[in-house]
Amino acid sequence: MTIQFNDETFRDDYTFRNSDWALKRFPFPFHEDSYMYSVNMEQHRGGPEGSVYEKRFDVDEHYVSEMRDRAQVLSEDPLRCQSLPHMTLAGWDVLELIMVSKSEDYPDLFELHRDGNRWRWINKPLGIDDTFTFLDEATLPYGPLEYITRQTQGDFAVLDQRDDNLWMDAGMVTTQADWSLDFDIGMNFFEWHAPVPMAHEKGIFVRALKFLMNIQQGAPARRLNWTMTVNPLLDTSPENYHKWGIQKTTLTPENIGAKQHLRVELQTFFRLPRSNALVFPIRCYLCSFQDLMTVPKWGRRLHRVVRDLPAELATYKGFIDNRPLMLDYLSGFDDGLPTSPGIWPDLETEPPLAK
Amino acid sequence: MSGAEKIAVKVTEIVPVNDLVTRFRFERVDGGALPTFSGGAHTVVEMQDGEITRLNPYSLMSDPMDPSAYTISVRRDDKGRGGSLFMHQKVQVGDEMTISYPVNLFPLDLRAKKHLFLAGGIGITPFLAQIKQLERLGGHWELHYACRTPALGSYVDELTAHHPNETHVYYDDQDQAIDLKNLLDGQPLGTHVYVCGPKGMIDWVRSTAQAEGWPREMVHYEEFLAPQPGKPFEVKLAVSNKVIAVGEHESLLEAIERAGVDAPYLCRGGACGQCETDVIDYAGKFIHRDHWLEEEQQASGKKIMPCVSRFEGRTLVLDR
Repeated sequence: MTIQFNDETFRDDYTFRNSDWALKRFPFPFHEDSYMYSVNMEQHRGGPEGSVYEKRFDVDEHYVSEMRDRAQVLSEDPLRCQSLPHMTLAGWDVLELIMVSKSEDYPDLFELHRDGNRWRWINKPLGIDDTFTFLDEATLPYGPLEYITRQTQGDFAVLDQRDDNLWMDAGMVTTQADWSLDFDIGMNFFEWHAPVPMAHEKGIFVRALKFLMNIQQGAPARRLNWTMTVNPLLDTSPENYHKWGIQKTTLTPENIGAKQHLRVELQTFFRLPRSNALVFPIRCYLCSFQDLMTVPKWGRRLHRVVRDLPAELATYKGFIDNRPLMLDYLSGFDDGLPTSPGIWPDLETEPPLAK
Repeated sequence: MSGAEKIAVKVTEIVPVNDLVTRFRFERVDGGALPTFSGGAHTVVEMQDGEITRLNPYSLMSDPMDPSAYTISVRRDDKGRGGSLFMHQKVQVGDEMTISYPVNLFPLDLRAKKHLFLAGGIGITPFLAQIKQLERLGGHWELHYACRTPALGSYVDELTAHHPNETHVYYDDQDQAIDLKNLLDGQPLGTHVYVCGPKGMIDWVRSTAQAEGWPREMVHYEEFLAPQPGKPFEVKLAVSNKVIAVGEHESLLEAIERAGVDAPYLCRGGACGQCETDVIDYAGKFIHRDHWLEEEQQASGKKIMPCVSRFEGRTLVLDR
C-alpha cells in the first residue's frame, strides 16, 4: 500500500491526528481488564497484515512529521543523540539493520544498493539519496547511528553487553516517556531502571536482563509498554519538563477526550551482528481518549485498567492527579459487559456500548 | 524450539590441517549470504550420526565480515563420544548439514586499548576470527599461542607470515612456555586479556592475572567442554511425566531431547547457563562438569547443567 504522510505537529498547535487506518492498527496494550508488570516478551517476526507488528520497523502516516520534530529537538539539544567511542561499530550495525529491513519491507519507499562497501541509500519520503562507504564515518554527514535514526521513527537505545550486564552506551532519544539519555549514558541495566517502582521487588529486572542477554542473532523480540500524555507530545523529556509538565494541569471534563492521550511503546530488541551489542528501538504511538472510545472493547477495558491500577504505578506514570478526571470520562464508556481476551479491537464481534 | 536459529548449509571444502585438526567450510544451501558475526562467536553443528543427533559447538574462525562462507576447525578426540570422529570420518564435501546462527559468548570488549590473546592448542580458533575483525577495524592486538609440537601448531605458519610482529608461538616439546607474569606486567593500561584453551591454562591465566591485580572484568575466557561419556543412568522428568535412560555415549541433554522434551540450550558446553535445570529429588551423586553453577550450587543437589553433567545413583527427578 502507499502511505499518505500527514503534515502535522507534536507541539504548539498540536495538529497531530490519527486517521481511521491508524486508529484501527493502534497497538492497544492491555490484553485483559487489568494491568501489572510482567516480562511480556514475544518473538518479533511479523504479525497480522497491516498491524504495527508486521514489519521489522513500522512506517506509518506520521513518519515525515515525526522526523521533522526529531530534527527540531536535536537542533535545540544535540545531546539527545550520543555514542560512546566503542559504540561506533554498533552504530554501523544499526544502520545496516534498518536500511536492509526498510528496503526489503517497503521497496516503494526505500532503496539500498550495495556494491561491496560502497552503498547508495534512497529514502523517498524524506527526499534523501546518499552514497557512502560502509564503515567509513567520514563519508556520512553524521555518525552512522545519528544518520539512520534521523530517518527512523522511535527512540533507540544501543546497549553494550559485557560483564554479565547491559550498558546504555549509545542512543537517539527524542520521543521518550520522561527519561534522559544524557543522564543514563554509561549506566548498566539495574542503574537506569532504579527509579521504577515495584518491579525490582518482583524480580522483574533480574529475569528481564537474563532474557535480553540471551537474545540471539536472527531471533528478535518485542513487548509493549505504556503511559499517559496530555497533548500529543513526542518529546516528554526531563530536559523539557518545565514546558510540558504544566500542561497536565490543563485538563477539563470538556477537553479531556481530545487532549488526553494513551501513549504506547512498541519495544523491540535485536542482537547486532558485528558488535554483539543489542539495539532496543522504542517506538511511540499516541491515541486520544476520544478516538480510543470509538472502539467499544477498548473503552470498557481502559476504564477498568485505569480504575484498578495500583497508586504507585499511576504516580510513576505521572497521572495520579488526573486519575479522577479520567475515570469520570472513561466510566461513560464502560457498560459493565465482559470483554474478549487479547489486544485486538474485535469490532465485528464485540457489542456496541449499551448505555 | 530451543537453541539459536538454524541455517541449512553445504560442506564445500574439507582441509586436513595436521594429524589432529581438520577444517570445514560451510556455504548456504540456497547460495545466499550468511549472517555476519562478531569475533569469538560459535555455531552449533548438527550431526545425524545414525540414530543419534549430535549438536556440537565450534568457534567460527573465518572473517566475521565475510558472508560467503563460515569455516570451523575440528580437533579429533579419539576418546570422546564421537562428535569429532563423525566430523573427521563421515562428513564429505557436498554433504548438507544444519548449523545454528552465530552466538557469541566470548566477544571482544571494544573499549580495550589493546587486546592480549592467550591461546592453547585448538583454542586458537576464536582468536583467528577476532584477529580478522581487529585488522579490519584497526584494533591493537598481540597473540601468545602455546602448541604441543610444531607439527600440531594449527595455523602457526599463516599467523607468523601475516602478523610476524604480533604473533608469539611456544612449543611444549621444546620446553617453551609463556612468561605470563612478565607479559601481564608489561601491558599498557586499558589492555584486556583473553584466554581460550585447556582448563588448566584458563585457571592459570585467571589466577595469575588476579594475583597481579588485574580487574576481573578485563580478563575474558572461554572453554567449551565436550560432554564426556559415563555410566548409563535413569532420569524421571517430572513435568513431562517421562522416565528416560541416558546412554553411555550421550549427554543428559541429548537424552532429554531424544525423548521429545524441549529443553533450552545455547552453547552445549557448560558455559552459557541456558540449560540450567532444577533437581526435584535424587539419591546418588552428581558429576558436575560445567563452568556455570557456583560450587555451593553444585554441592546443593538442587541444580544440574544437563549439557555436560551426569549422575550416578538410584533416583534422579528433574523439573523438566
